[in-house]
Amino acid sequence: MIHDRPAGTGVIVVTLLIAALLEVVPLPDSVNWVRPEWMLLVLVYWVLELPNRIGVLWGFFVGLYHDVLVGTTLGQWGLAYALGAFVMLAAYKRMRVFTSLQQCAVVFLLVGTVSLLAYLVQESVGRTLYPPYTILYASLTSAVLWRPVCALLRWVQLRFLVR
Amino acid sequence: MAAPANPTYRLLIALVLAVIMMVLDQRTPWAAPVRHVLGYLTAPIHYLAHLPVDSGEWLSEQTQSRGALIDENRRLQRQALILEQRVQRLAVLEAENVRLRELLNSSADLDANVLVAEIIGVDPDPNRQELVINKGKGEQVFRGQAVLDAQGLIGQVVDAGPLSARVLLVTDASHAMSVQVNRNGVRAVLAGTGQSDGLKLLYVPDTADIREGDLLVSTGLGQRYPRGYPVATVTSVRHQSGAPFAEIAASPTARVDRASHVLLVQSTDEPLIPVPDPEAANDP
Repeated sequence: MIHDRPAGTGVIVVTLLIAALLEVVPLPDSVNWVRPEWMLLVLVYWVLELPNRIGVLWGFFVGLYHDVLVGTTLGQWGLAYALGAFVMLAAYKRMRVFTSLQQCAVVFLLVGTVSLLAYLVQESVGRTLYPPYTILYASLTSAVLWRPVCALLRWVQLRFLVR
Repeated sequence: MAAPANPTYRLLIALVLAVIMMVLDQRTPWAAPVRHVLGYLTAPIHYLAHLPVDSGEWLSEQTQSRGALIDENRRLQRQALILEQRVQRLAVLEAENVRLRELLNSSADLDANVLVAEIIGVDPDPNRQELVINKGKGEQVFRGQAVLDAQGLIGQVVDAGPLSARVLLVTDASHAMSVQVNRNGVRAVLAGTGQSDGLKLLYVPDTADIREGDLLVSTGLGQRYPRGYPVATVTSVRHQSGAPFAEIAASPTARVDRASHVLLVQSTDEPLIPVPDPEAANDP
């Protein structure tokens, strides 16, 4: 069963690193408010496509990497991404039959919830300044960008035979 | 495709690990190795994100006209001449200062070396005011090190990674430091507001002698920042009847949101200006 053998872990890591680059690329302050959660979007895509391989622990370590990248409390995004991956694992069959609009709605809720969780941790260490509803802007742009990101990653997946 | 294995246990493991890490990171230094190892993987991303800026600068340098370069060269030479003249006087003043301090039996001020670093990233989170610089533990950058630019204090290193370091700016809402008014030595606590041009003085009594335009310099209390570097200028003083303290706003003298290079202060053990020999000073 050659088709069941996992392949393309490197490609997954590279897509996540490109997402990491997009997370820290310098932008004007006003655009920072609507900067999408690129790493979470890419992670969610791979969880939905390869639920057998990419799951909670991948979420945790990707989140940990995100923590060091942006300098937050170690484990803040690790916790949030692990939970996000868990929710997607529970819902991946439904997500596959959803229409685009429904998928975007789910992504909006997921990014919002995950960001809120990270916000709570950041709040508890006293590093928040703006009220929590400000994370809705980034959730909204993440939801809007979900389908284009999906299409791009689908092309990558077929091109590099990730399975 | 087969159904994935039950992920609940994995989630439990991840949650426990994350909570342990958060507590360790906040309360103890034991999480530092994790940060250090991951720092090797995150620093290249910051360097890569800075690449377009770098190559843009390189391109504009390469395409600059000869005339513009000559003009710039002349301007810099004039500036260097003026600065050198000031440094000449500074050496005399510093030596005199050391002698006067000796007379007062107080410890001599140590001059400090600086290390130049380039800013390669800014924090994408509007809640925090932080920078990433291209020097790390490899260049002896350490946690708590003071960071300056040409105009004044900019912040302190909060996380020294292997190849890069994070700098907490004085304008961050969680940052506060001790300053004094250069004109008369009144001390106060200067706190950030989270805006890149906003600082405020905390708990200043209404009667304190602080005026608009006053220069605030670091006091060195708290053992974090070196003494006597400019930090901010007072932009507005408001007295409200009924309020216990005056509302004093200031703006940083350092170009916090525009600087591209910063200086890291390395305290040296030896003073650069030799301390005069007390025996020799007794000679007529």
